[in-house]
Amino acid sequence: MRKKARRYAPIYLMALPALLYLLINNYIPMGGMVIAFKNYQYNKGIWGSSWSGFKNFEFLFKTNDAWTITRNTILYNLAFILLDTIMAITLAILLNEIRSKKMKKFYQTVMLLPYLLSMVIVSYLVYGFLSPDQGYVNKTILAALKSDGQNWYARAGIWPFVLVFVHMWVIVGYNSIIYFSTLVGIDRSFYEAADVDGASMWQKICFITIPNLKPTMVTMCLLSIGRIFYSDFGLFYQVPLNSGALYDVTSTIDTYVYRGLMQSSNVGMSSAAGVYQSLVGFMLVLFANWIVNKISRENALF
Amino acid sequence: MKQTNKGFRIGAHIILGIVSLIVIIPFLLLVSSSFTKEQTLIAAGYSILPRELSFEAYRYLFAGAGNIFKAYGITFLVTAVGTAAGLLMTVLLAYALSVDGLPFRKGISFFVFFTMLFNGGLIPTYMMYTNVFHIKNTIAALIVPSLMVNAFFVIIARSYFMSSIPSAVLEAARIDGIGEIRLFFEIVLPMSLPIVATIGLMIGLGYWNNWTNGLYYVTDHNLYSVQQLLTEMVRNMQALQSGEMAGLDPAAVKNLPSTSLRMATAVMSVLPVMLIYPLFQKYFVKGITVGAVKG
Repeated sequence: MRKKARRYAPIYLMALPALLYLLINNYIPMGGMVIAFKNYQYNKGIWGSSWSGFKNFEFLFKTNDAWTITRNTILYNLAFILLDTIMAITLAILLNEIRSKKMKKFYQTVMLLPYLLSMVIVSYLVYGFLSPDQGYVNKTILAALKSDGQNWYARAGIWPFVLVFVHMWVIVGYNSIIYFSTLVGIDRSFYEAADVDGASMWQKICFITIPNLKPTMVTMCLLSIGRIFYSDFGLFYQVPLNSGALYDVTSTIDTYVYRGLMQSSNVGMSSAAGVYQSLVGFMLVLFANWIVNKISRENALF
Repeated sequence: MKQTNKGFRIGAHIILGIVSLIVIIPFLLLVSSSFTKEQTLIAAGYSILPRELSFEAYRYLFAGAGNIFKAYGITFLVTAVGTAAGLLMTVLLAYALSVDGLPFRKGISFFVFFTMLFNGGLIPTYMMYTNVFHIKNTIAALIVPSLMVNAFFVIIARSYFMSSIPSAVLEAARIDGIGEIRLFFEIVLPMSLPIVATIGLMIGLGYWNNWTNGLYYVTDHNLYSVQQLLTEMVRNMQALQSGEMAGLDPAAVKNLPSTSLRMATAVMSVLPVMLIYPLFQKYFVKGITVGAVKG
């Protein structure tokens, strides 16, 4: 026993800093979720404030906000999952057809670039196109068509398309590399056999490539479905420049929680929204993982 | 049949070429705007190639306009300290979890893993860091919250240690009586450089690009990182244009950086990443695919 303790003590010591960090950064805030059930007052703190039961949740779900942010979060995620997957697989298949090693590397390098940017920079790039005074769309494209420029940051109608496009622009190279690495692993002899049988390119894609990609595709989609209650805060906060005129189509649960905390000081309702997100999100992860487990055991998270 | 293959390949080149252009054009817009004369930008807007070349913005930038040097210093410091500390903590924990026969190993692994499934969310995290640890407007606010140790990287590193370090090597070293800590730093770590480089790059990129910690916890201009400075620049510009002047700091309006200066600052924030990226592309790609395969 003593010997065992001495043998493993240094190992526990090595684990300790990171475990302490996770305890503070991740576990204590879980306990702090009780704030959603309190009548929070700054001067009394979380523990001093009185209990309010489910009042905050009642208020939240009585507003239109709850519906808007849930709808936006889920619909955007569904659009992302569908379009990003189709696009990423298409690009991976095309990339796989390129014989020249140099060009292959070039395309990969370029397509991965957006993933390295912060959302602040992405918002600058979007602003470069959509800025009302100096943007490329107003000043160059619309001017050439003799059309009047628009204040894009006040026109809600275009933003669902802008955000879906921007998300695709950022993530598609990243996702296609994942699919591409699966493609590289497909046994070449399948294709050679198909060539002997005179299969067309299209037939080879439909009957060899896609079926081989299916496990990766299913896993990636299910994991995204597990995250469907979460949104990329930067995409919905930075890219529309937090413009008030666009809140109806750019508010997600994450931006709502942030604004409740920092801008409108509505801690009660936004912490209720946070708990709503954590709990539903948690159930969805478990559910998605349960399905992955049924389909392909080795791809499950746990 | 050969013919259709060739046709398909040309089609692939065309589509990938178009996609590459769609990726690159916004970058060109950013870079050329930073090299364009301010008056031209105001009159004719941003352009994909500079209409009237000017290095004015960069001259201002390197003369120290707009607090850019200070912000750079903060970003470098935060990235260096955060990455070093985070990486060290991550690999140490990962190694501990890879040790065979460690009592409570399963429980500790679950403790780490669970943080990937469930979290308390922004508000409790914010309350804890500000009310308990009083982190607001300190350099620690940019380093500590959320970025240091990520369970995902711990799990990736652990599976690398378990699969790539032969247990015979560890046994032999232990029989020689080498201590666990020396064993890790002198034998395990040198054998694991690819995964350490990959995780280090990912953590480093996270710090370099982070703007949320600044947004949540920092209001002191002396502690602004480059990303936060950029956020504020574009917000002030936007507020000015849409006439939402209320609540705007008058000093900030007076010192409003010109458009090209703003673009030049953005270029300078991307530049280090773009310079490092080709050198370490192998590790970036590895980081992506290793994550997909699962830990």
